[in-house]
Amino acid sequence: MNTFWQRIFPARRDRIGGAAGSEGKAQPPPRPGAARRRIRLRLGEGGTAALFLLPSLAGFAVFFLVPFGVGFYYSLVDSPIDGSFVGLRNYADLLANEVFRRAALHTLLFTAVSVPLNMALSLALAMLLNRNIYGRNWLRVGFLAPLVIPVASVVLVWQVMFDLNGTINGWLHRLGRAPQDWMESGAAFWVVVIVYLWKNVGYNMVLFLAGLQNIPPEYYEAASIDGAGKFRQWRTITLTYLTPTAFFVFIMSIIHSFKVFRETYMIAGEYPQERIYMLQHYMNNMFQSLDYQKLTSAAFLMAVVIVALVFVLFRVERSISKSIG
Amino acid sequence: MQSNAKPAAAAADAPRPKRPPANRPQAAVVKRAVRKLAKEARKTALTAALIGLVTIFLFPIALTVTNSLMAESEIAINFFAISEDKSNASDPRIAGTYVHLKWIPDRVTIAQYYEVLVKKQQFLIMFWNSVRMVVPIIAGQLAVASLAAYAFALLRFPMREPLFFAYIVTMLMPFQVTLVPNFIVADKLGLLNTYSAIILPGVFGAFGVFLLRQFMMYIPYAYIEAARADGASHLHIFARIVLPMCKPGLAALAILVFVDSWNMIEQPLIFLHDAIKQPLSVYLSVISEGARGIAFAACAIYMAPTLLVMLYAEQHLIEGIQLSGIKG
Repeated sequence: MNTFWQRIFPARRDRIGGAAGSEGKAQPPPRPGAARRRIRLRLGEGGTAALFLLPSLAGFAVFFLVPFGVGFYYSLVDSPIDGSFVGLRNYADLLANEVFRRAALHTLLFTAVSVPLNMALSLALAMLLNRNIYGRNWLRVGFLAPLVIPVASVVLVWQVMFDLNGTINGWLHRLGRAPQDWMESGAAFWVVVIVYLWKNVGYNMVLFLAGLQNIPPEYYEAASIDGAGKFRQWRTITLTYLTPTAFFVFIMSIIHSFKVFRETYMIAGEYPQERIYMLQHYMNNMFQSLDYQKLTSAAFLMAVVIVALVFVLFRVERSISKSIG
Repeated sequence: MQSNAKPAAAAADAPRPKRPPANRPQAAVVKRAVRKLAKEARKTALTAALIGLVTIFLFPIALTVTNSLMAESEIAINFFAISEDKSNASDPRIAGTYVHLKWIPDRVTIAQYYEVLVKKQQFLIMFWNSVRMVVPIIAGQLAVASLAAYAFALLRFPMREPLFFAYIVTMLMPFQVTLVPNFIVADKLGLLNTYSAIILPGVFGAFGVFLLRQFMMYIPYAYIEAARADGASHLHIFARIVLPMCKPGLAALAILVFVDSWNMIEQPLIFLHDAIKQPLSVYLSVISEGARGIAFAACAIYMAPTLLVMLYAEQHLIEGIQLSGIKG
């Protein structure tokens, strides 16, 4: 079984065999005459690749790579116009900045709470949907639907539900409980987590469901003949063979966890309750106040953390996939 | 499981016992029937639970649609408690009242739709603005990303892996990370306050390359090799073999990009100065504050395209998402 990272960065030899041939075998048997053909094929390949990549790469460079480089440069000077080189001083200032530190902490906290929750819930949901039920396809679409509900609609319903005089407080009131100010207390954090989960659980569920359906049923049969209980089967077979899917889900969950900013921003504005004041709010506000040094150094720090995270993931998954074999 | 359900059903259909000593087989038949019933019950219960859960997921859609059919006055009464301005919160008229969630309109009316679509021309202008940004982004991204994905998935060239790693990393970055430099680049290129400032970065987003590449990785290399041996050019292989095989991936990408760019808020707010150029997403965030009476209809119209596209291409979307992450 190919792992996520092998699929993303396959070894050369794997690639030539194609996805079909790579299962279980490290080296597909050489086909007669393949070597000669491949040499001819390789001649123009670099050039062809360049042509195919040209449009994407040009745009990617202009709109992503160059801006990123420019951003890094700005983070090292004291003013965007005719600034002089100050080394890491912007970074030192930034790290000493209380607001930034809190924003970073809250971003970290939000990701650390919401991403695992999202993965656990979507896995549970996928396992339920994978059982014998009626109307699986319709349920699947239903759970996926929040993904396509536009931000404005979400915001509208959000207000109706979580406003000080909103529906939820109405329910609490009817139960004789004191109403809560959802968006202006620590509860805001959980409100955002719920909205994030509501929106993204479906996407991950679809991914997990496909992963589950891809595990050969014979594995379970063999395990139950060997006397493994249901839980043990789940732990040793389901979880193990879902690892590649889980990594992909993890990456998508992180991307989506950054995107929840849109909704938060629309509902709570530039300065929301502290617990949901994320790095994106910080950067957005630094942009509004034209403090480009802080913004670019914060951006670069965030980028470094993301790159490091992806790298660590890569390593971890490699070692896990080795143990699966 | 399936295999023992069948004999049980057959036994139920044929009540006459074939053999006289009926005691043991009959007990087995009853046992089987009970087991089948229990299984059926479990299946129904699980389905019911999941339907309950999915209702929560669909709740905002239902709320938006039903409320869009109410008259403005009815909305005003129901949502009176949510005042725009928080200084009113201590107002005794508001303090004890809460939003009245109403599912069935007293009187079904399309007044909201009439107001939004016919009376307020601004709405249609914004809708058109959104379309003008989203359509080029989708078309451009499909074209550019599929070409690049072909190179990443099926061609070999130096620096392929590091380059792809760069794509993945940028895909993960929130928009704010490259905000300032992006702004400066747009300024240098003279794109500020034009739709190009939004369309071009959208076209070159890394997500499409990533998704389609994952898809193309599953195309057996033998196909390409065989086509090459027959003398087909890469462009030919791309257009005639790879693209048709990637239809679900392309459809999934189109939908995901559509949803994402239909919802753009940060980008237009930063790159477009003129209010009249703003897309619907930005406009809606403003009207939901002012006139709640028409907000539901506006939102319903706004989400109709994405929902319809999703329902229409649901199978492709799911297949596309699945194949991007799975299959080992």
